[in-house]
Amino acid sequence: MMIKINMAADIVTTPILAEAIIETGSLLNISQAHFDPIHGEVVAEIPSDQLAKIRDALVNRGAEVVVLNTPIHRDEDECVECGACISVCPVKVFSFADDWSIEVDSDKCIQCGTCLKMCPHNALALGQ
Amino acid sequence: MVKKSIHEINGRIRDGSVNVVTAEEMVDIVGELGAEGAAKEVDVVTTGTFGAMCSSGVWLNFGHSEPPIRIGKLWLNDVEAYSGVAAVDAYIGATQQSQSKGMEYGGAHVIEDLVRGNSIDMHGISPGTDCYPRKVIDTTINIYDLNQAIMLNPRNSYQKYNAATNSTNHTLHTYMGSLLPHYGNVTYSGAGVLSPMHNDPNYETIGTGTRIFLGGTQGYIVGEGTQHSPAAGFGTLMLKGDLKKMSSEYIRAATFEGYGTSLYVGMGIPIPILNEDLAKATAITDDDIVTNLLDYGIPSRDRPVLRTVTYGELRSGSIDIDGKEVPTSPMSSFKKSRQIANELKEWIRAGDFLVSMPVERLPTTTPCNAMKQTNVNPLVVDIMSSDVTTIHEDAGFHDAAKIIMEKQFNHLPVVDSGNHLVGIVTAWDISKAVAKDEHDLVKDIMTRNVVTTSPDEAIDISAFKLDSNNVSALPVVDSNKHVLGIVTSDDISKLLARRH
Ligand code: SF4
Ligand code: SF4
Repeated sequence: MMIKINMAADIVTTPILAEAIIETGSLLNISQAHFDPIHGEVVAEIPSDQLAKIRDALVNRGAEVVVLNTPIHRDEDECVECGACISVCPVKVFSFADDWSIEVDSDKCIQCGTCLKMCPHNALALGQ
Repeated sequence: MVKKSIHEINGRIRDGSVNVVTAEEMVDIVGELGAEGAAKEVDVVTTGTFGAMCSSGVWLNFGHSEPPIRIGKLWLNDVEAYSGVAAVDAYIGATQQSQSKGMEYGGAHVIEDLVRGNSIDMHGISPGTDCYPRKVIDTTINIYDLNQAIMLNPRNSYQKYNAATNSTNHTLHTYMGSLLPHYGNVTYSGAGVLSPMHNDPNYETIGTGTRIFLGGTQGYIVGEGTQHSPAAGFGTLMLKGDLKKMSSEYIRAATFEGYGTSLYVGMGIPIPILNEDLAKATAITDDDIVTNLLDYGIPSRDRPVLRTVTYGELRSGSIDIDGKEVPTSPMSSFKKSRQIANELKEWIRAGDFLVSMPVERLPTTTPCNAMKQTNVNPLVVDIMSSDVTTIHEDAGFHDAAKIIMEKQFNHLPVVDSGNHLVGIVTAWDISKAVAKDEHDLVKDIMTRNVVTTSPDEAIDISAFKLDSNNVSALPVVDSNKHVLGIVTSDDISKLLARRH
């Protein structure tokens, strides 16, 4: 399963990921990481049965953990298959099929929300 | 030399022997048979496009009320419609926004709701006259209650559109969608190979009176659209059609985040193949259609062209900008464009749609000029204060506090050893540092992402930047990032107060 770990400025420079890995003995497979001076965001894959353990270890160190289990949802009635969403998604969830229909690989979604603002037809939603 | 008349072609449509193909299919046919062979074989080539067309709207006639009213101002689902024409006519435009819902709902949504047969709340007011005594009307209507609902779009079907990208360090929300910072993506519009006007660039068969596909029914070209600029390759069309017969499959409201509402309109033009030249023109491919890639980060009418690019490149999914591979995506739907070209093809095949010649050709030389502006735009240099103190990034935060106190500035630009702007410190940053008990260097507490302006920028742009970034001052820098001054929202409000 995928989780997103948010770190505020005060802990962004501390090695909490490494500490959590050592403490729990669980492996985090990091697929995305973004850091700036005020905020850090990491998306990682973890073994589902170890979620509780890993979440506790991270939350105790001041991080926020979100389970990425409500990926992007496309309302097919509203969607006109323009493809505007394709170029803004950081993990390439959207693509054109050979016949120029839209394909959505929602397993990849990291719930960043960027495509929601892009869609001119209000066809995309998170959390359903 | 092949020569066919429109009557011959319509004769074949009537007797069912007509040969119709889409502009996409025509590419291979001309490739195989040559222009002459293709002109003999093919009678009609259909085109199609489905994209945002802001300059769209509908004329409505409500019939007279009892007692009668001459509506002076009118709202449909809280979206204002222009009613300054006689008593009970109004024009609802696609980009007009709802008074209460803002960008979420606009004229385009009213139009889509009409097409879907949904009920619309109507509120009209009038001063009242002897012949039209009523002053207020409130009622609920749907499209079936109207005498007419005539779509009349002043500017549709642009021959070509520019592609858009963004050089700045923040996301822009435009009518070309979200443009990510640092050339993060490219958006474009238009159906390329299926694009109606590209398939008859000399407007041989496209003009006043040409029968077309509009919104899922038959419509007509009224003539050239507003801003028609054929010499520059930016021809446009004014279109009309009966909204009552249109379908929500091809008429869709849209909202562009941070910009407003627009209407996605589906339209297609059949091109009768009267001669070899037309056969050749309809064989145009995505690789033949070139457009400009513009930097929307420059808030000016004259945005710089970063490079030219073909539709073939745009539709491949990514293009190169300065050695970087940048993902592209269309704002218009190619799938729907193709659906339109195919539907039009079926209508013609079935004998339900006859092709037509224009009663008047489109002008080919009209210029499209910029607005005449009689009030000179004030520039940043006219109002900025050049009396600005800067501080070095390695200075202690106490020094910064002292300068802010002494000079009574709220904003202190921060520079590096080369005197380049690297950040800004405000009285607020200092209080924050004190509250958190972090007595650090200026560079630890400053804001690094500084929104700046330049001396030759128009004040209206600076005002917009202040507003959209929620800041109260902009350092003025030259092209080397040296600080020349500062403009504050106070300076600007004073100026604007004088102007209004
Ligand atoms: S929410 Fe983010 S990751 Fe998910 S599909 Fe949208 S843009 Fe892609
Ligand atoms: S941007 Fe919206 S309407 Fe366009 S393809 Fe994506 S989901 Fe569909």
